[in-house]
Amino acid sequence: MYVLGVETSCDETSVSVVKDGNIVLSNEVLSQIDIHQSYGGVVPEIASREHIKGITYVFDQAIKKANLSYEDIDLIAVTKGPGLIGSLLIGINAAKVISLNYHIPIIGVHHISGHIYANYIEHGMEFPLLALVVSGGHTELVLMKEHFSFEKLGETQDDAVGEAYDKVARILGLGYPGGPAVDKLANQGSDTFDFPRPMIHSDDYHFSFSGLKSHVINKHHNMLQRNEEINVKDFSASFQEAVTDVLVAKTIKAKENYQVKQVIVAGGVAANSGLRKKIKANITDIPVYFPIMDYCTDNAAMIASAGYFKYKKYGKSDDLYINGYSRLDLEREM
Amino acid sequence: MKINIRLNSEKDTEKLANIIASEVFQGMIIGLGGDLGSGKTTFTKYLAKSMGIHDNLNSPTFTILKTYEGKLDLYHMDVYRLEDIGYDYELDDYIYGKGVSVIEWYPFIQSMLPENILMITFSFIDESTRDVSIEGSEQYEKVIEKISHRYSN
Repeated sequence: MYVLGVETSCDETSVSVVKDGNIVLSNEVLSQIDIHQSYGGVVPEIASREHIKGITYVFDQAIKKANLSYEDIDLIAVTKGPGLIGSLLIGINAAKVISLNYHIPIIGVHHISGHIYANYIEHGMEFPLLALVVSGGHTELVLMKEHFSFEKLGETQDDAVGEAYDKVARILGLGYPGGPAVDKLANQGSDTFDFPRPMIHSDDYHFSFSGLKSHVINKHHNMLQRNEEINVKDFSASFQEAVTDVLVAKTIKAKENYQVKQVIVAGGVAANSGLRKKIKANITDIPVYFPIMDYCTDNAAMIASAGYFKYKKYGKSDDLYINGYSRLDLEREM
Repeated sequence: MKINIRLNSEKDTEKLANIIASEVFQGMIIGLGGDLGSGKTTFTKYLAKSMGIHDNLNSPTFTILKTYEGKLDLYHMDVYRLEDIGYDYELDDYIYGKGVSVIEWYPFIQSMLPENILMITFSFIDESTRDVSIEGSEQYEKVIEKISHRYSN
């Protein structure tokens, strides 16, 4: 089964052709990162305009590189949320045009189910499975007992982990995106500040990073006022240690409680080297998988894979009234 | 009309949110000011809860906008990242829509907002204490009077 995936929820315009859920025939990604960098983050209206500019080209390239024509496509899977509403609608409407024109069924997919299925492409899945989803907009622990079934065990009560990285990076003058910059410096510094580990002992699977972010910012502010020298490497290392300690502790707790057979890490922050090292060092009894770098960031191959399994499970597609959503519950996804 | 009140705990923040939630109306726009960590999202969390919204409300920074369905819809925006840009026309449909808009860092997009909104600005005093200024005119005076009345007692 050939699935055409479409992903435009943020600042990457991506179209991909994936056969049977894991054979990636093409995965075209047009990134806007250079354009948004000067603004310190993705600007919604600019993102929409860039998607419009690039989308036809990206569709054409994805079909061409897969050595197929639209007539060969069996299903179109498109991200319907969560994300920037204007950006989502461009991908959705482009997908509708192809669906209508070539009579191909269309199915809307939750962006996070895509990030989780990015792991299926490389490693397959064994259930029950625990997914740690960490990105600029998400921080959650998800339990899967079978294909395309998601039980959210816990999530951030305030800021997403990637967002906390971006804000701390901004205070430290490291620019955008903050994650890779803080990660790099963290590797050269040491945990001298001993920042709080929010909710690490709480009796649930929730997270909170807003207080930690404020703590880091206040500390930085106070040191500036006292004219103390600020060691950016140690700041980065201390922040990263605090964040990864909490993420890893909650992941281990959920892994043990639910006796899972596999742990996967999904989303942009899965690229963080500190998180990778710590989680691998602390979970050794079952496999821990991270998507390859190409599938950590937003891409349409993961959407095609998720769409394939969603279609297989429910046996039905959506109609052309399918809409985009800035916020969308993974558990209500069906 | 402008008043200043002091919140001595998160409970006080909840109380303020409850008073405002009892006076929400279609097209209401609440602008929130104050530094990172001053309590804008915490306030919005309690407002949503008090408006009868069951879903967990968390930061909208990444997508700028998160919408929540309720008796009156809540549009929660964080325009922190629009500082050097000043507007985003995609937000128009919501700001001038039928729900209640809560806009964190509203001064960054002041030019695209109507003149009269309810402005709430938080100042960090210490870990648990915040000073809050609340300002608005016309249709917002009723709620400000109510807050003023409740906090003077």
